[in-house]
Formats: sequence, structure tokens, C-alpha cells
Amino acid sequence: MIRHGAAWLFLAPAMVILGVFFLLPVIAALFLSLTDYDLYALADIHNLRFIALNNYIELLHRPLFWSALGHTLYFVAVGVPLSMLVSLGAALLLNSPLARCKPFFRTALFAPVVTTVVAVAVVWRYLFNTKYGLINVALSWVGIHPVDWLGDPHWAMPAIILFAVWKNFGYNMIIFLAGLQAIPVELYEAARIDGASFWQQFRHITLPMLGPTLLMVGILTVSGYFQLFAEPYVMTEGGPLESTTSVLYMMYDEGFKWWNMGSASAIAFLLFIIMFVVTVLMLRLGRRGEEA
Amino acid sequence: MPRMAKVIINGLLIGGTIVALFPLLWMLSVSFMQPSAASALPPPLLPAHATFYNYELLFLRAGVGSYLLNSLFVSTAITVLSLAINLMAGYAFAKLRFAGRQQLFKTVIGMLVIPAQVAMLPLFLMLKYIGLVNNYGGVIVPAMSTAFGIFLVRQYARGIPDELMEAARIDGAGEFRIFVQIVLPLLKPIMVTLAIFTFLTAWNDFMWPLIVLTGQGHYTLPLGLASLAREHATDTELMMAGSVVTVLPVLVLFLALQRYYLEGLLIGSVKG
Repeated sequence: MIRHGAAWLFLAPAMVILGVFFLLPVIAALFLSLTDYDLYALADIHNLRFIALNNYIELLHRPLFWSALGHTLYFVAVGVPLSMLVSLGAALLLNSPLARCKPFFRTALFAPVVTTVVAVAVVWRYLFNTKYGLINVALSWVGIHPVDWLGDPHWAMPAIILFAVWKNFGYNMIIFLAGLQAIPVELYEAARIDGASFWQQFRHITLPMLGPTLLMVGILTVSGYFQLFAEPYVMTEGGPLESTTSVLYMMYDEGFKWWNMGSASAIAFLLFIIMFVVTVLMLRLGRRGEEA
Repeated sequence: MPRMAKVIINGLLIGGTIVALFPLLWMLSVSFMQPSAASALPPPLLPAHATFYNYELLFLRAGVGSYLLNSLFVSTAITVLSLAINLMAGYAFAKLRFAGRQQLFKTVIGMLVIPAQVAMLPLFLMLKYIGLVNNYGGVIVPAMSTAFGIFLVRQYARGIPDELMEAARIDGAGEFRIFVQIVLPLLKPIMVTLAIFTFLTAWNDFMWPLIVLTGQGHYTLPLGLASLAREHATDTELMMAGSVVTVLPVLVLFLALQRYYLEGLLIGSVKG
């Protein structure tokens, strides 16, 4: 029954890969963030010095870090609820017994999820074009003046949020749809007999029954949205006026453009800590919500 | 009243579908337009004179053919290798007993919480040291096993009855033969799911390849496209053709195997 040897042979390749190419670098990142690893250290490792928490302290004094964090939080705080609302709405529509051609609609709504971020970001860059972009053309039909979506610091992040919601909502839609289908039909039938309206059914049956799914989807989506990078890289190059520079964008520039690997590692760790705290807070809130 | 609701619900679904598909259809349409035909007022929706010129330009001059081959090679290699490695590990976690199984599996699950970007800087330095920077290996090797893949296989493999393996063991079959001849055929559905998931993720990946593939010769399609987009910002038609080449393979793959893809998505999240 007990066969250690065989089990370890089966596990060895995966554990070596995960250990050497993931776990080890994560631990190394912590040490790297405590050093002044830069271009000079890259050339000659003897130039490396241990500087304790200096990278972190310096970061907390840099306006760019705070603005990058602000942009990322903006993207998360607006993008996540918006994308979850759209996902839930689409799932409710697809789950309705009145909906026709469900497989077609489901596939069509999901299609943007499997597309390549970089490619569709390029497409949306042209859709957002001030003069020839179809979004402004459509807006002009209802009398709205052209918006300089990607060139105006106030509109660049909302434009990226709209793009991200379009790209991602299908993923959570599928998860919500499975959650909705797991709710016993009898609950709705009983409520209907009692004369409950659509909103009452939604508030008192759908939402509570979907609670755990909502929490899990919320946590996964938040951690995904914190990792904003490719969208600003392709659509705005972090601009205009750094208004779409996210934390990861800053990490990339700091690490791979300026080769300040120590400071970039500190950025990565700070982002990780922030994501971790937000996840724990959401779990706490979710649990309290369930008890209430 | 039900008729009204029916119209509203189906109307909203049609509207949503138009929003979801329009950018993709527009991309396809513009890719067949002649240079600078899309930059007119009002912007045309369909090409006046359809042409393959943009695709010719992409493959003959912009080197997109080699990006396409690089993408195919890297994504296929990652899929095949990580599939083999994750299947073995997932099966071991599900069905083989060994000391420390619980703790080790918890460690693997714990890795799911750590964003991959935390590892990127030291990983780059490490790969530079062993000569894998600007080398396909730099993209392939770190992706050869994923905590998510192991988790997915383990969840599925737990459903295999132990009696099957026990019977084979009594007949004197070795563990590896049991895995290949009895377990693998039963894991076929999750193999397809994991394969398409891995391929799509590898194909669409951007940040890590951007870091580790420093020379154009090794660029995958997303990298090539991003660099083209910076050089040819005003060539809408050319960029749309490039986007079509990048998106079409994964879109077709998804349409062909969507049942497996959506199943994997649900195992990966709901049951987690």
C-alpha cells in the first residue's frame, strides 16, 4: 500500500520545476529587495550592497509609486465591480428560461476571453481613436462631442477599464451561470406562489444562494486586476502624463528598463503584500456577511 | 407580460453579443482594407476593395511568419511538457500515499496565492546566469509545471477507484505501467482540458516573454505585434491584419474544444 519511492518519482519533475523556477525566485526576491542591485551589480556582483529596508523607504517617498498605486487601485475599485456586474447580468440573462439560442449567446459573449490581450488592445486603441474611432462616431450619434480617450489623462484609465471589462466579463459569466444553475428551481417556484416579484426573488434567493460564488469570484478578479500591465503597455505606454502607469508597469520599467532590480523587487513585494491584505479583508467581510 | 420579458431578455442578449463580437469583426474587416482606407470620415465598416495586401506585407516584410512559428513552437512545447509533468504530479497527489503528502499539497496550493511577477526579477537573473535569457528555454522551462495544473489533475484523478490500481498491483504491474496503461486513459478528459488551457495561456502570455525574449528573432506573436504597434501606430489596416493572425488560432482552437475549456474553467474555480 505505501509506496514512497514511486510517488516521489512521479512528483520529482513538478517539484523541481516549481521549486527552482518559482519558489526559489520568490524567496530570492525578498533578499533582492533588501539590496541595491542595479546596473553596476549586474556588471559585477561585487558592487552589490545590503541596504536593509532602504528600497522600501525610498519607494514610499516617491510620488510615482503612490500615483502608480493610485491608478492600480482605481482600476481595481472601478473595474472589478463593473466587470462583476456585467458578468452577473449576462449570466442572469443566459439563465432565464425565456432566453433563446443559449449556446450561441454563451459562446459569443465568452469569445473575448480567449483572445490575446495584446492583439485586442491594439484593436481597441483604434476604436478609441479620437477622430476615426468608432466609439466616438457612435457617441456623436447621441450628440456627445469626441472624447480624446487615450490622450486625455482623465479618460485614459476609464478607457482601459472599459476595454478590460469587455475582455474579461465572459470568464466570470460562466462561473456565475454554473452557480445560478445550481440553485434549486423549487425555491423560485415557492417564491412565485407567494407572489414575490423578480427583484424580491433576486434579493432573497439568488443573491444569498450565490454568496460564496460571488466572494470567490470577487477575490480572484481583484487579484487579476491588480496585475494590470499589458493593457497600458500596448494602449498608452503608461501615459498620458503617467495616468495609466500601474504598479506592475512601474516594476517593469524600474527592473527591465533602468535595471534597478533591488528597487523593482521591493515594488513587487509591496504589491504582493497589498494584494494579500485586500484578499484577507475580503474573506473577513465575506464571512461576516454570511453570519449576518 | 411574459412576451414582453422575452423580447427584453433576448434583445439584451443580442445587444451584448454585438458589443462582444463587434471589435473582432471590425478587426477582420479592416484587415482586408487598403492602406489608410479605415481612416476616413465616416469610417467604413466594410472594405471597398478587399485586399490581402496587409497580410502579404506582414509575412513578407514584417517577419510575422517567424513570430507565428515561434509562438507555435513555444506554446506547443509548454503544453506537451507541462501536461506530462502535471499529470504525473496530480496523480501522485490524488492516488499515491507518501509521508508529507498533505503538507506538500498545501504548499503547492499556497503558490497559487503568490503573483507570478514576484518571482520575475530573480528568475531573470537566474536564467541569465544559466544562459536561458533570449532563448526559447527561458519561456518554456519555468512554465513546465504549474500549481494550477497539478491542482486540476488532482481534483479529477481523485474520482478514479483505487480498486483499479490495486488489481493491477496484485497482478505485478509496476507503478509506471499502471500510470500509463490504466490511469492515463481515464484522465483523457482532463488532459484535453488542461492542454487547451495551457496552450491558450502560453499563446496569449505577454509580460514574461517580453522580459526574457530580448531579441526580435525569438519574439512570439504578442511581442511582435506590440513592437509593430509602436513602429506602425498609424497603419490601422496592417495592425488589424497582425491582430487577426494573433487571435485567430486561439479563437478557432477554443471554438473547436470549448466544452473542455469551459469545464476546466469551472473545475479550476468553483470547486477550488
